[in-house]
Amino acid sequence: MEALYLLVPLSVLLVALALWIFFGAADSGQFDDLEGPALRILHDED
Amino acid sequence: MSAATSAAMSAAMSASTSAAMGGALGQAEAGAAARAAGAHAGCFHCGLPVPADSRWEARIDGAHQPMCCPGCAAAAQAIVDGGFGDYYANRTEFAPQVVAGMADAPELLLYDAMGLDGEGSFTVEGIRCAACVWLIERQLTGIPGVREANLNVASGRLFVRRDAAVCPPSTILRTLRAIGYTAYPYDAGRHGAQLARERKTLFRQLFVAGLSMMQVMMYAIPVYLADDGTMDAGMQALMGWASLCLTLPAVLYSAQPFFGGAWRDLRRGMPGMDVPVALGIGAAFCGSCVALVTGVGEVWFDSVTMFVFLLLGSRYLELGARRKAASALERLQQGLPASALRLRGDPLARDTELVAAASLQHDDLVLVRAGEAVPADGIIEEGETDVDLALLTGESRTQRRVAGDALPGGAVNAAQAIVLRVTSIASDSTLAMLVRLAERAGQGKPALALWADRVAAWFVAALLVLTVVVYVAWQTVDPARAWQVAIAVLVVSCPCALSLATPTALAAATDRLLRRGVLAVQPHTLETFDRATHVVFDKTGTLTFGRPVLRQTVPVGGLDADTCVRIAAALEADNPHPLALALRAAAADAPAADGIHFTVGQGVQGWIGNRHYRLGSAAFVAGIAGGVARAAAPPGTTSVWLGAADGWLARFDLADGLRPDAATVVRRFRAAGKTVILLSGDEQHAAQAVAAQLGITTAIGGKRPDEKLAYVRRLQKDGATVAMVGDGINDAAVLGGADVSFAMGHGAGLAQLHADAVLLGDSLQPLADAAETARRTLSIIRQNLIWASVYNTVAIPAAAVGLLDPWMASIGMAGSSAIVVLNALRLRKEG
Repeated sequence: MEALYLLVPLSVLLVALALWIFFGAADSGQFDDLEGPALRILHDED
Repeated sequence: MSAATSAAMSAAMSASTSAAMGGALGQAEAGAAARAAGAHAGCFHCGLPVPADSRWEARIDGAHQPMCCPGCAAAAQAIVDGGFGDYYANRTEFAPQVVAGMADAPELLLYDAMGLDGEGSFTVEGIRCAACVWLIERQLTGIPGVREANLNVASGRLFVRRDAAVCPPSTILRTLRAIGYTAYPYDAGRHGAQLARERKTLFRQLFVAGLSMMQVMMYAIPVYLADDGTMDAGMQALMGWASLCLTLPAVLYSAQPFFGGAWRDLRRGMPGMDVPVALGIGAAFCGSCVALVTGVGEVWFDSVTMFVFLLLGSRYLELGARRKAASALERLQQGLPASALRLRGDPLARDTELVAAASLQHDDLVLVRAGEAVPADGIIEEGETDVDLALLTGESRTQRRVAGDALPGGAVNAAQAIVLRVTSIASDSTLAMLVRLAERAGQGKPALALWADRVAAWFVAALLVLTVVVYVAWQTVDPARAWQVAIAVLVVSCPCALSLATPTALAAATDRLLRRGVLAVQPHTLETFDRATHVVFDKTGTLTFGRPVLRQTVPVGGLDADTCVRIAAALEADNPHPLALALRAAAADAPAADGIHFTVGQGVQGWIGNRHYRLGSAAFVAGIAGGVARAAAPPGTTSVWLGAADGWLARFDLADGLRPDAATVVRRFRAAGKTVILLSGDEQHAAQAVAAQLGITTAIGGKRPDEKLAYVRRLQKDGATVAMVGDGINDAAVLGGADVSFAMGHGAGLAQLHADAVLLGDSLQPLADAAETARRTLSIIRQNLIWASVYNTVAIPAAAVGLLDPWMASIGMAGSSAIVVLNALRLRKEG
């Protein structure tokens, strides 16, 4: 069970990392238009 | 995470995903329909049926495709000529029908004078599928001077970066219109950029709260599940500290709206729902921290994060529903800028230039053509005409105005072109005064005492007293546990279900109303509407259509009624007069007439085949038919006569038509125990006649806008809660002053701006739906509040006597919240 003393803090760090990635994505506008990219990908012929 | 919480969450999630799924499914079906329709003879561009005698077509991929109208044909040709014929191969839905000549509107040039930046957004309408996105972006990047064009599909906004010197905004608008999309510059300052920012922040706060909730649950579950003694103190502390780390962002970042709201409430001295929420979060978090450090007592981190997440989730859904309503309203109000044809030099030369109405100066001469609105207050310099004042004063009949008469801005010229001398600049005009009156009325709106907030105030007071009592009581029983039990009381009673009850129900109801054609823009609309004791209707344009309709045709000659109407419609083709529109609307089709000649105030004459007809006043028709007109028209109607050289043919009785659903709606309000009043700017006898037909006992006519407002204020002073329904510019003030107000979607933009909600479509039926939805929403809110109270009356005493374990409190909270959310979601169902 001692492994938990390492794994639990690690999971906290992982959540922090996830939040950091989320904020980065939100700042770069990835959540501004959740419908458009799905439509645009079909026409990316060039 | 407990089972109950996941149920609540998945319910909330599925609410949004099911909407998205519905959209996707609908799209797939329509796509199949669009492809299948290629085979049959619908318009190739918009899919509407092509009239049998249509000669419009466009060459697409070498084949001639049928088109329903010149607008669609021009748009299709523009798309193909631009090299974007692939659009038709790739689209999954038909395009909207195109209005012919849309791209040539000269008013578009007025946008160039507005000094828009090189970077800006445009609102685009008519985006149906992926191919639209491709087409719009490609077409625009092809324009010289456009550096970047990016369409945000979710919000319907097009962001364009362009070289302002090379590419003026009108070029962009014209290009979009040429391929069939209506577009307008988007004014971010005016249209709630604030609201958009708020929503973005709320989204982030929701995400953070959700993530920390899930993770904290992971640490909490083992502690709850562990049998006594199997988990050592060190492990428990580890879980506690990890939970603390992850609760911090939820409390410090995600819960900001609650703390901010509570602080504002306290400064105003009016505790609302945010105060108990903030108190609960604060107490539970601080209590848990103390327990964690001292090692005595319980930790509640999982409850704190779940609480924050559920509340933010319901707020996010509510804000989203209202934002959708607001943007639908924004699209409704878009129009070309008000413009005027200013005469240059000699007025007889009719040399005009198009200018913005706001730039007109004193003594300018302007030409007002038939069917156009008068751009500013003025005096008729030349010509005589009929004007339609329905939106301004509520009078349903057109008024005759001759040279020397004054005309208010906003009146519609119904008969023929006149020259007007401007007597006041835009800021002093009649219209501007009505705007100011409406704005003042809005400021004087009765303070809204929202029910949930009143409940909250009592709840806070009672809760604080109880906590103190419990704390003092435990001091005498077991001082060591007193602090802990007091915290437990605060946490357990933390009014999760209570504060979820209102926003979840309102979000579901707003969404439902939007689908029914009611844009509820203000958050209090439903609650106040349900409480309303008086429903006040405007007459013209609200209970009636606000334009004449053909009531009856009395044939007096050899021809039957149908033929007479068709002849009348033929003579009135291209005439913008409301009576002419009514006759045209009544005829299924019309033969072609030529040699048409209007005589103002008299009527129209012309030839159909080799027969000469006259249509108009009795005296005018008597000019060719001879003799005198028989049988007078019933009171309250306008009669138009039709005659030919060999005698009289028919009499048409026209009157402002009652909406077919008006009587039902009035009856339903009366059945619900509300007093229905008719308040009109039209003459008393006209108001009375309509009221009598609908069974309204109180009818008040002849009221100016300020008198209407005064009347409603008097009702309010006597204790009434007034719901107002109106459509005109003259209703704007009273709409702003009423407790809750609805504007008609076909009415004036000014009225919509000052109303709490807007009824889409040309019908009163949505109003009855709104009343029904309001009733159901309030009853669901009540059920929720009762449930929350029952839960609290059981849980709080249990906590007070120290019976409750933290895990029980958690499950109780999650369960009660889930029930509240699921109950609110019932509102989304049809029926």
